[in-house]
This record gives sequence, structure tokens and C-alpha cells, in this order.
Amino acid sequence: MSKSRRDFIKISALGFGGLVLANPILNAMIGQVQASEPLDASQLKRVPTYCEVCFWKCAGWVHQDEKGELWKIEGNEDDPHCKGRFCPRGTGGLGMYNDEDRLKSPLMRVEVDGKQTFKEVSWDKAFRFIADKMNQISEEHGPESMALFKHGSGGAHFGKLFKAFGSRNITAPSYAQCRGPREVGFHATFGANINSPEPVDLENTKCLVLIGNHIGENMHNSHVQEMSKAIDKGLKIITVDPRLSTAASKSKHWLPIKPATDIALLLAWMHVLITEKLYDKAYIERYAYGFEDLEAHVADKTPEWAEEITTIKADVIRETAREMAFNAPATLIHPGRHVTWYGDDTQRLRAMAMLNALLGSWGRKGGFYFPETAKVPSFPHPAFPSVSWTWKDYLDGKYALAGSSIANVFVDASHPDNTTDKKIKGWFVVGTNLISTIPDTKRTLEAIDNLDLFVVVDTMPMEITGYADIILPECTYLERYDDIRVSPNREPNIAVRMPAAEPKYLTKPSDWIVRKLADKLKLSSYFNYKSYSEVLDWQLKQMGHSLSEMQEKGVIKFERKHENLYLEEGEEYEFGTPTGMIELYSTDLEMEGFDPLPNYTPHPEPPAGFFRLNYGRAPMHTFGRTANNPNLNELMSENKLWVNPKIAREAGLVNDQEVWLENQDGIKSEFPIKLRVTERIGMDNVYMVHGFGKSNKKLQRSNGRGISDSQLVTKVMVDPIMGGTGMRGNFVKFIIDKPEREEIS
Amino acid sequence: MNEEILISGRMNPHIDPTLGIWGWEIPLYLFLGGLAAGILFFAALYSLLGKEKELPTAVRKATFLVPIILMVGLGALFLDLKNKLYFWQLYTTIRIESPMSWGAWILMLITPLSMAWCLSYWRDLIPNWTWQLKFLEWVEVFVQKYRKTFAWTMIISSVILGIYTGILLSAFNARPLWNTSILGPLFLVSGLSTGAATIMWLSKEKLERSLFSKIDLLLIGIEVFFIIHLFMGFMASNAAQIEAAQLFLGGAYTLPFWGGVVLLGLVIPAILEVMELRGKHIPVALPAILILIGGLVFRFIIVDAGQISQYFY
Amino acid sequence: MRYAMIIDTKKCVGCSDCVVACQNENRVPIGYCRDWVIENAKGTFPNVSIELRSERCNHCENSPCVRCCPTGASHYENGGLVMVDRSKCIGCGACVQSCPYNARYSHPDGFVDKCSFCNHRLKEGKNPSCVSVCPTSCMYFGDLDDSESQVSQLLKNRGWKVLAPEVGTKPQVYYLI
Repeated sequence: MSKSRRDFIKISALGFGGLVLANPILNAMIGQVQASEPLDASQLKRVPTYCEVCFWKCAGWVHQDEKGELWKIEGNEDDPHCKGRFCPRGTGGLGMYNDEDRLKSPLMRVEVDGKQTFKEVSWDKAFRFIADKMNQISEEHGPESMALFKHGSGGAHFGKLFKAFGSRNITAPSYAQCRGPREVGFHATFGANINSPEPVDLENTKCLVLIGNHIGENMHNSHVQEMSKAIDKGLKIITVDPRLSTAASKSKHWLPIKPATDIALLLAWMHVLITEKLYDKAYIERYAYGFEDLEAHVADKTPEWAEEITTIKADVIRETAREMAFNAPATLIHPGRHVTWYGDDTQRLRAMAMLNALLGSWGRKGGFYFPETAKVPSFPHPAFPSVSWTWKDYLDGKYALAGSSIANVFVDASHPDNTTDKKIKGWFVVGTNLISTIPDTKRTLEAIDNLDLFVVVDTMPMEITGYADIILPECTYLERYDDIRVSPNREPNIAVRMPAAEPKYLTKPSDWIVRKLADKLKLSSYFNYKSYSEVLDWQLKQMGHSLSEMQEKGVIKFERKHENLYLEEGEEYEFGTPTGMIELYSTDLEMEGFDPLPNYTPHPEPPAGFFRLNYGRAPMHTFGRTANNPNLNELMSENKLWVNPKIAREAGLVNDQEVWLENQDGIKSEFPIKLRVTERIGMDNVYMVHGFGKSNKKLQRSNGRGISDSQLVTKVMVDPIMGGTGMRGNFVKFIIDKPEREEIS
Repeated sequence: MNEEILISGRMNPHIDPTLGIWGWEIPLYLFLGGLAAGILFFAALYSLLGKEKELPTAVRKATFLVPIILMVGLGALFLDLKNKLYFWQLYTTIRIESPMSWGAWILMLITPLSMAWCLSYWRDLIPNWTWQLKFLEWVEVFVQKYRKTFAWTMIISSVILGIYTGILLSAFNARPLWNTSILGPLFLVSGLSTGAATIMWLSKEKLERSLFSKIDLLLIGIEVFFIIHLFMGFMASNAAQIEAAQLFLGGAYTLPFWGGVVLLGLVIPAILEVMELRGKHIPVALPAILILIGGLVFRFIIVDAGQISQYFY
Repeated sequence: MRYAMIIDTKKCVGCSDCVVACQNENRVPIGYCRDWVIENAKGTFPNVSIELRSERCNHCENSPCVRCCPTGASHYENGGLVMVDRSKCIGCGACVQSCPYNARYSHPDGFVDKCSFCNHRLKEGKNPSCVSVCPTSCMYFGDLDDSESQVSQLLKNRGWKVLAPEVGTKPQVYYLI
């Protein structure tokens, strides 16, 4: 409060005295400014947390003001995820806590005068209702018929409850709707998953290749930071994107590719590297399997061949391939994250992995490092019961290479057209808005209609909450303990989250919800503690630390115990593939009956008058979760449709004009979207940021602002290898006059 | 295609998307300041020229309006302040470089001056008046005794006030439309013209009316000359000022300015006055009202358009 | 001492973290801001370039806002900071008009507010909150009177510009281009 004290003295000097008068008008008259001023940080309390606004989970400090109210969040200097700097979403995380539209009380669907509505109920009543239904489903179909869809820290607690209850049908849309093909493609090549955060050695990269990856617009914190450091050191960026993304604007080479033709470009690059002998010969000789097959496979995939397909000039393809080779092995073909695009995504990611292999960047400085994860012991609990079936049994051998559960398969297993005896009858959806994450909403809603129990746990009203039988209001990450954060990195590390404030309204932390529900289900023996802090303290003490120590530090880093960060020169190394080598020729894929070497296949083109619908992210939002956050909504309150000026002129459209969109299946957007007429996008596609156009009217700031791309994604191209849902084969046209609303059936 | 967009932030009320921190209060304040300056100027001028008898409206009657006009003007300025209770901070310091400070002080000076002037003619209005307060009677006598000095002070301060209403705007480098030295003289002439129109309107004397009609014609001529030069200056200046001038040359303010201010507020009243001088019967209120409205609209437009005009970078 | 801020447009990704961090740090009410981000796109597809700029008060050496303030509320402080004394500001709006960068706004509590370069943090030896938080580290802060400082070196070694130099305000926020 140094500033107002100084004013105070100044006013005394004027002779009015330092009177603090009760009357605010008189105070104003003598110059006592009431307005809030910056605080003296040294006197304030800070609480460690890790961020829950996105999956990066940066560790930071929540600062309280002198009244104990939350003031600001800052990054933890010791945290490798954020290096002391939070991204805009993390910095704006307080908005999640302050959002007055939050879910405030448990809600139950009831029928009043023939109309369904939500009624506030007590937690106890909610738990009794849920427990009764779960037991009923268990008796009729078996406990396996309960399924959990989850995202984020809250979901982990519910995972334990489900295992205790007797179901392993647990899934997250972050796999089959996002990064799944990448895990399979890279695993097939290097025998290792990518995971999160991706073990890319960006800060040492000299040449970065981005295939539709808009880093900088996706705010993957440490990666953005490292890319920026690399730019200072002269990083060359090659960006393949039909739109001038932010990263493209910072690139030496921007390749505005014709959408859906990336594999042709990747094959041509491999052709150049091999025919011009630019690949890492020693590395390939020592570590790779199937080089000759690849050489033969790409022999006819010339840059001229690729130019025909991709519209990228052959000499640009050659020049960029040489640039990559020149900087190798510090050349990184970034695996990206959301890669479910066209249904042949595993093959595209395979091609990217192979390109990395040819450049020798896996396990090399400036390419991919070998990450290490800290080991945290589990809190003791009785063994979980065995289960009679899981989603894998339902699939009966299909998508065998999927390394994780496939959320859309859970929808299939819940759908009335499931004729097997492995049926899902009850859902818990924790922290994920399935309506905008899983494409083909119609099918999702049909599955929901077929359920005996549908519980949604969230902090905010979302589209999905509107379909629930019962809604449980979770408190935000700022109001609770959660599991210790362990994630792979250069240095193994842990971070803790502690509550910085009491839960607002009637909201509760997930661990409390799970424990109370477990009581009702007579499963409390699995949750043998009174507060989650006990669990954390026990775990930390096993590791030689304690919760009170973590309260001071927030993050602890450990020495690496295992392999080096990079491959040693000439090191013998066994990869996790069937051959123990980097598989340029994939034996896994061959065994499952898929192309062992990637092939380009043409994808449908937009019909006349239609444009391919591309979508992406904005740095100030996480999917649809943050659209209503008061701080972040202020930065970006709606999405706009990027349209090339020539297209706009031909269609008679102007900047900022509102249009509706209709897709190839006749589905119209629920709301209008404003145009952003810009040269940053080409003629064959339009673009919008995902996560807007909220239909839930309870979201005061975000309801009806912009549109939801998910509504328009009705054509889904499923990846035959791992079941991922390709979502970039949808085409839209403009509707200028407000369309008649059809009921969404 | 060049495109400049705000990615985030900057949705501050009255700042975005276009500046509008000054609403109706400031233009009204500027208009009333100019009007008061005009009336006081002519009163002092003809008092010094010894025309008190021939021009009673100019020297005496019209000045009774001035304190009221100034009070209303100051009221408008007060309403513009967002931190109203701090207004007294204006009078804790004199800031030579700040036109706003100048204005506050010149009004502080000219308001009591105009009141004293009125006091000295108070018995014209009510011949058998007796003052309840000795001080007021002292003022009356004092002004009558030192009328010449008073008139000189008033003439100088009214010119400063009249120019000030333009300089308040032209001192802002940041607003290309305002940033021209013609604005001071232009606002002074416009203020004199509205003052002359008011005197003409109030006057019952034929001689006085025709004199102020002629003065007004001359002032309108000068005003039109200044306006033409204003735009010539803009067009010969930098991109930002050319852009600013475009607001009036095809842009949003074209019709209100050329139609409302120049045609209705200057040209038509001039024609009406010429016709009246040539003996046609024109109700004197008509040109006067047109000039007054024109002067008011002029300030509204300049304040409004000036806030929109800005440098691009 | 001459404080200056330098922003590298080659690294800025326009994430707007600077905007949120400032709002929290300085308790700027929702609906208002002291800094903001501009994108400037030039060219024709596919030959397009963009410039991203985080903008704020330029703490000009020749500040029109200080000059036009009738009460002295806007004033210079140590290091050339342009500050507003809330207890002197009458909210007349003259400084808002005088700023070619539209960097000032009228706070709902009556006074005029703007970026302070986080003066309260500078006194603790910290950088302004926008500089501290920037994920791309594209923002730098320091003393231009010290020729060895990072900011001095950057201006020596890189191409740069300031905004609207023709207005003559001598702004102290520099953009590396």
C-alpha cells in the first residue's frame, strides 16, 4: 500500500490532515482515493498449484491479497512446464474461480407439469440417487456397463472409483479425438509413445518443421518458450499449413499446401533425402529397419509428383528437404497434437516419424530427447476387483494398435444399435464437454438417450450438462487438492496443487465427491483417508519429502536415474519395436494388415460453392472450456470465420458481416459467425477457432457468441488403424439470411 | 489488402472502437465560451469607442446574458469531469502549457468581470434599485469610475477566451483534425459572429441592427476564408491530416458540415442579411438563430470528428 | 536513468498474456485494459506477412499528456516514467485526447488510468508484469542511459521502430523489426 500512504502524506502537507473520514464524498474531497491499487507482494501469502486451464499443467503460485482473497497467479520458476511464466490462460485462471455462471449446486433432472427441468438437490440426495442407479445397472448388466469419460485432474479420482466398482471402461476424448494417431504412428516407428509434454528438444532445434501445427496459437507453454529461444539462436522454421498461422509468419519457408495432401509432401521429402543421399547414413545403418523397402517405396515419389498433388513447387520441396538435412540431426519434424484429420492420420504421423528417423533426430540434441518421469508410490488400497470385459473385448480385435481407449467406441457400445452383449448403460462424464469433443453429435445424443444413468461432473454448465440426469458441481482447481503432478520431462519432477480458497457455493472437490459416493456404494475401504492432503503427504513422505515442504517449493526436481538425454555417439540402443530397431518398415502395421509404408490416398474435395472447414486454437482459450471465463472472454469473446478476400468479394461478403454456415449434410450452424476477411488464408478453405458458439443459455458471456465448428463436423473419417475420428473432411457454404431453425433431433 | 486488427484488449469504454471521451459537454462549453467572448468583446469595444448611447444593446443589454452563458458553460465543463469532486484541483496550480488550465483560469477571471460589468448597468434595468450589500454598490461605482481600464481588460480577456476555445483543441498533436493553428482564429471569429448575431437579434435600434448585420457579414466572410484555408492546409499536409480532411470531403461528416454549418449556418444567413440590408423585410431572428445553431453544430462536429481522426502506425 | 521497453515483433505470437497479467497485477477492472495486442497483416495470399505488437503507454520523453494536464496529475517520475496521480486527476479527459496511442482510459472510479510500467514492481527490482510473464520473452525492460544494458544493446544491434514518431512524442517503447 505504499502508493496510497504516499498520497496520504502529501495531503497532510496540504493541511487537510490525514483524516480518514467516514463519508466517501468528503474523502474524495480531500483526495483519499478509494480505488484499488497494486499491492505490496512481499506481505502476501502464496499457495502452490498446477494449472488446470489446459493439459500442460504448469506449476505456479496463487497469490492472495491482504484480505485473503485471490489476487493473481504466477508461474513457478523451478517448473520445467512453465519456467516461471504462465500462458494467458493460466494467468487468467482466476476467471474460472470468479465466473459467476459456475455450477453452484447439485442438480437433478425432474419433471414438472410434463416439462423436464433441473432442480437443486442436496449432495446426499444426489449420491443416493446415483448409487441406487449404479447398483441397479450392476445387477442387471454387470458393473462393466458403467463407463467413465474424463479429462483433467478431477477424472483421476473417478477412475479409482470406477476400478473399485468393477469397471475398466474408462476413456478420454484426448486420445481418439486428438493425439491418438501420433502415439500409434511414432510407436510403430520408434517403439515409444510421444505422451505429454512432447519430448521435443525445441530449445536446441535448428530447423523446425510444422505440419499443420500452429504452435504459438496452441499455447503449449514450454514449447512456445523454447521455440522463441531457438528463434533468438537463428531457428529456421518450415511451416506446412494452408493458412498463414502465427508460426508460419515467423517461418523461413511457408508452404501453403492444398489441404489433405500432406502425405504426398512427406513422401517427396523422403525421396529427396534418399535420392540426394542427404539422410543420416550412419544413424540409419545402425538403428533402422527396412531402409531398402523405403528407398524403393519412395523412388517414384518425386517432388514433381508431389507438386501435382500438393500445389507446392517441386524446387521448394527440394530446397526445404535440403534445409532439413543441413541442420540435421537438430531438425525436428514436430509430431503435433491434434492430428485426427482425414482418417489416414496414423499413416501421416508414421511418415513424419520416418522423416525424423531419416534425419536422425530421435534421441538427438535438437530433435527428441529421452524423457524421464518421477516415480510416485500409490496410496495403499485393497486390490481392485477383476472385470469380465472391457472396451477391448467389445472391439474384438479391431483397432488392436490403439494404445488407449477410444471414446467414440464407448459411444458405439452405448448406442441402441449395439447388438453385442457388452453394453454400456451408465455414463459419468467428468470435465469434458462430449458434445463438442466427439464428432457426430447426433449419434452421441442417441447413445445418451439409451442410458439408464447419466452423471455429469463439471465446474461450468456446458452443452453436455444439459443432457444429464444429475449434475455434480466440482470446485475449480484453485479450491482443492489433487494428485501429485508427474509428467515426463528432461528432469523428472513433481508438482502439487493445494487449495488457495475455500470451495465457492456448494461445489466440492472430486476426491470428496468420490469418497462420499464410495460410502453410498459401500466401497469406502478403497478410500481410507479423511482428506486428500493425507494421501499427498503419505506419498511425499515415501519419497523423502512432505506436503509442508511442497507448500514452500511447489515443485521438486530429481536427478535422472536412467538413460542419457540423448543417444551417445555410436551407442547400442534397443527400440521398443518388434525388431528392436527404428522401423521404417512397420512390422506391427504389416501384422495388422495395414500398409507397412505410408501411401498417399486422395481425399474428397469440396464441391462447388463449398469450402473445407478447418479449425484450430487461439492462444487465449482452451477448447470450449474457457469461452465464458471473464478474463479470457475479454481477450477473445467470439470466433470469426477466416475467408480469403477474393472469396468474400465473389460471394458479396464484407469484413465483420455475419453469416450462417451449412455443411455438406445440410446441417446449419446454430448461430451466425462474423467474417474475418484476410489474406492469411487461401481460396480452398475457411478457418475458425474451436470452442465457441455455446448453446447453453446459462453461459452469459459466451452463449451465442460465434459458432461451434463441432456442430458442422458430421462427416467423420475413422482411422482404420486406431479408431481415431478424422474431422477435417467437412465442407461448408455461406448462408446470408438467417435460416429457419430446425429442431435438433 | 492491408489489415490491422486488435487481437485483444483495448475495449475501453469511450476509447474503443473510436475515441469519444468528450460527449456533448465540451462542445457546448466551447460554444458558450465563444458566444460570451463575442458579446463581451463588442460591449467593451463600443464602450471604448464611446458608442454607449448609440449601441445600447451591444454595450449594455446583451452583456446581461453573459454571466448566465458563462455559468451554463462552466456547468457543462463540470459535468464533463469524471472526478467531479476534485474540480478544485484546477485552481491549485497554473499550468502554462495546458489549455485546459488556461481555460479554467480565464473563466475564473472573466466571469466576475462580466458580472461587475452588468452590475455597473444594473440601474438601467431597474432604475430605483437599492443594493442590500454595500460591496455590490462599491463594485458598481468602481466599474463606472474605471470603465476604460475595465473595458480594456475585458477586450483582452475576451479575445483570449475566444481563441482559447480553438486552442484547447488545436493543442492536441495527437488529433490530426485539430492540430492546425487556424482553429484558434477560426473559433474566435465564429465566437464573435455568434456574439454579433445575438446582439443583432436583441437590438431594437435600426442603426445598431444594421451595423451588426454588416459586422456579421464581414465575420462570415472571414470564417469562410478560414474554413477554405483549413482544408487547403490539410490537403497539403501529412497522410493523417489528409485522412482527417476526408471525413469532411466525402466522409461521414460531409453533409452535416457543408450542409448544416456552412450552408445553413453561414451562407444562408449571409444571404438573408444582404437581403435585409437591401430593404427586404426579413425577420431579424431568422439569420441570428441560424448563425447561433450553425456555431453550435460547428463545435459539435469538430469535437466529434477530431476524436475520430488519428495517426496510423 | 531512462526506462524503456523493447518488444521483439519477430518473437511475439500475440497470445495476449501481457494483457491478462497486467489486469491481474494492477487490478484493472474487467472491461478495461492498460495494454493490448495489434496484428498488422500486409500483402496478398500467399505473399503475406504479419506484425504482432503488444502496445501500451509509451512513457514518452515529450509527453503531450503531461503538458496538457491542467492539475499536474499527469507527471514524470524517476526514469522518465509518466504517471498519473489519482488524487489530483479531475477526469477532464484532455490527456486522453492528447495521446496519439489512445493509451489512456477513464477508470470507473473517475480518474484517468494507464500503464505505469508497473512502477510498484520496479521499486522491488522486478520487471513490469507483462515483461515477466511473456511466454516468448519477446519483451525487454531496462535503462537506456546504461549503454551496457540489454535494452541499449538490442537497440544498437537490431533494427527497430517506434510508433507514430511524426507526432514528436519521443516514445520509449521500441519495437524490434
